[in-house]
Amino acid sequence: MLRDITIGQYYPSDSILHKLDPRVKLLGTLVYVLSLFFFRGAAGFAAVTLGLAALIWLSKVPLRYMVKGLKAIGVILVLTGMFNLFLTPGEPLASFGIFKITEEGLKNAGFMVIRLTYLILGSSVLTLTTTPNRLTDGLEKALRPLNKIGVPVHEISMIMSIALRFIPILVEETDKIMKAQLARGADFESGNLIKKAKAMAPLLVPLFISAFRRANDLAMAMEARCYNGGEGRTKMKPLKYTGKDGWAYLIMAGYFAGIIVCVWMSRNGRNS
Amino acid sequence: MSIILDKVNYVYSEETAYEKQALNQVSLKIEDGEFIGIIGHTGSGKSTLIQHLNGLLKATSGGIYYNGRDIYEEDYDRKELRSKVGLVFQYPEHQLFETTVFADVCFGPKNLGLSRKEAELRAFSALKSAGLPEEYWYRSPFELSGGQKRRAAIAGVLAMKPEVLILDEPTAGLDPWGREEILNQIASMHQELNMTILLVSHSMEDVAEYVKRIIVMNQGSILLDGAPKEVFLHQQKLEAAGLLVPQVTYLMQELKGRGIPVSVEVTTLKEAKEAVLQAFSNRRLG
Amino acid sequence: MNLIEARKLVHEYIRRDEEGNVEGILAALDGVDLEVKAGEFVAILGHNGSGKSTLAKHLNVLLKASEGTLWVDGKDTLDDNYQWDIRKSAGMVFQNPDNQIIAGVVEEDVAFGPENIGVPTDEIWNRVEKSLKSVGMLGYREHSPNKLSGGQKQRVAIAGVMAMEPKCIVLDEPTAMLDPQGRREVLEAVGALNREKGITVILITHYMEEAVQADKVYVMDHGKVVMQGKPREIFSQVDRLKSYRLDVPQITLLAHELRKEGLQIPEGILTRQELAEALCQLY
Repeated sequence: MLRDITIGQYYPSDSILHKLDPRVKLLGTLVYVLSLFFFRGAAGFAAVTLGLAALIWLSKVPLRYMVKGLKAIGVILVLTGMFNLFLTPGEPLASFGIFKITEEGLKNAGFMVIRLTYLILGSSVLTLTTTPNRLTDGLEKALRPLNKIGVPVHEISMIMSIALRFIPILVEETDKIMKAQLARGADFESGNLIKKAKAMAPLLVPLFISAFRRANDLAMAMEARCYNGGEGRTKMKPLKYTGKDGWAYLIMAGYFAGIIVCVWMSRNGRNS
Repeated sequence: MSIILDKVNYVYSEETAYEKQALNQVSLKIEDGEFIGIIGHTGSGKSTLIQHLNGLLKATSGGIYYNGRDIYEEDYDRKELRSKVGLVFQYPEHQLFETTVFADVCFGPKNLGLSRKEAELRAFSALKSAGLPEEYWYRSPFELSGGQKRRAAIAGVLAMKPEVLILDEPTAGLDPWGREEILNQIASMHQELNMTILLVSHSMEDVAEYVKRIIVMNQGSILLDGAPKEVFLHQQKLEAAGLLVPQVTYLMQELKGRGIPVSVEVTTLKEAKEAVLQAFSNRRLG
Repeated sequence: MNLIEARKLVHEYIRRDEEGNVEGILAALDGVDLEVKAGEFVAILGHNGSGKSTLAKHLNVLLKASEGTLWVDGKDTLDDNYQWDIRKSAGMVFQNPDNQIIAGVVEEDVAFGPENIGVPTDEIWNRVEKSLKSVGMLGYREHSPNKLSGGQKQRVAIAGVMAMEPKCIVLDEPTAMLDPQGRREVLEAVGALNREKGITVILITHYMEEAVQADKVYVMDHGKVVMQGKPREIFSQVDRLKSYRLDVPQITLLAHELRKEGLQIPEGILTRQELAEALCQLY
């Protein structure tokens, strides 16, 4: 059931991507996501696919493991595909009652599904190769300038890292409570939307109570270990750029430039 | 009435890095009215096993028959199965959600489609059977102590009127007194309600005191299956599976080894006391 | 000088009704005296709700006394200036292994304490390695805590406390949620820290077997210390222990029952070997 959601869970390995500075990977993910929205045409598509394939290969995370993560968002993918397929105006290729499939629709649907899939695969490379702590360390350091305008950067990153640590625990707990209520004859599936929402109470109430109890315990445990905010804290693994990171920035810049060129070429191609 | 498991296999997270065979060729027969202890250390497959018995998990291969009917048949009513085979999870108080204990216990019977009155009658007798004093029935479940909460949660399953009741570690986290109270309550439910009871535990001492049959799980398979006396004779096998026989059983073996003629088929405190006294009085007579 | 010294410690919870009026006052601790010397292993026994966990939280200044005094390592717990010093010298391990691990990687979690008190990076690495080694978890340093067993998680939590180099560890029912295997692991780790590193241990539990290895046992009931002494002195009073809702180890109970039947077995039998020895001498 829910425990099968593996999307974004850290996958231990010793790949080069695992060793990169999280700030590099954060910026890299941003560049990659931007490139997904810029690319046009076959050349762009090839470049992005190549980039993604290289990332996955470098990460040493089994492809099967990553694809399994996609299952969780399968519904969203199918829905996006359908919307684009049926609701794009244009020259109809085939029609079923009020639904028309157009050439543009087919194209759009294909593009959107590929984009979404690539978006999720690509950004999951970030979380698969970076421990939650490194990730939030990276964010904290990258966003530090915001501290000056009163944004509590340390607190935000601490909240994030704790959330990431507890997601699998709460997912497992949801699974367990769900089963316990099923054993008492609960029905989470049938009925209309309102009935379904009502049926969630036996699941959500215990889950919230448990989450609050855990939060309480955790706050106490943190206090007992002298946690007193970000001030005066040192780090076991302070972030330091190494040679690898420089190269990674260079490659990233190259990739981004490549994408821009692709976009520019396809635009020119269309204009002429 | 009976439950039969025929070569049941179950694989977790198939085709991932975390793939694990949780059950391996498990075959067993549970007769009506039995009181069984299922023992094994964490990860031995005992929790996975019990979730198969009421259809919450579906075997990867193999068959399960409840009262002679294959529960994996397409037209089999698995929702009904869940009401016939009641499952009390570990820390069951974590599933309480209603505003009062009584309303919470009514949840199960209501799901069975019973009328309000019928559901309340069932809740009433379930709370009685679970031994929760009436003064707590109309309080919020969250005001109760740990032991009381657990009784309320057990009542929630009892109200389904199951024919078989399975309890996963019903004493976890309770103090010794609470532990004994709950176990006595379960034993009396077995007697009075005439239910088949399966008690999952990792405490040999607890189980030996109450049950008539013990199933020992190890690495997803059944290691031993028999009366406590028979099972505890296989001390080495149990130790290899990370389990210890009750302290008194060890003691009897040691005494016998040192020349005191006591029976080694001893699993409870009472039996140990009798065995030692017997040996001493025999000597006096002889 | 005692490492920990409590005099007439009182902790009252005020219960209020929905409008905020005082409904009643509940004394979770009611005049507790406690003395722990450096290097001792002290067990505090009591059933759920006897006040033992409340006492534990005072030792780490997570709670403050309503009345009485408590010194930890020579510092008054009521003085706010010492709060962090006290937490450094008396580390705490809680019952639920999941709810006290903060980081997603074992070694990073162990580093959390030292990071909070500003230990330099190189020294953190040293301490993390030493502490993980002392509980036998060094091989798991890069693992995710979610994939560990309960006993292993608790040992990581203990390492997290050790990395702050405390004088004393307070363990609040660390084994209540573990299986027998996990319980053994945790108790062995705690015993070794006490014997080999001279760490003062305060073990709060409702399992009597766990108190057998202690130098001193306190029994609590209704917020009061009702018994104290060496394990053997305490465990020889079977009927009294039962009246405090505690359970006596099966072997001790058997010895007690046989004594009642007229066999001349000494009081306070703790282990199987002792009972076998006593019976053989009688036979």
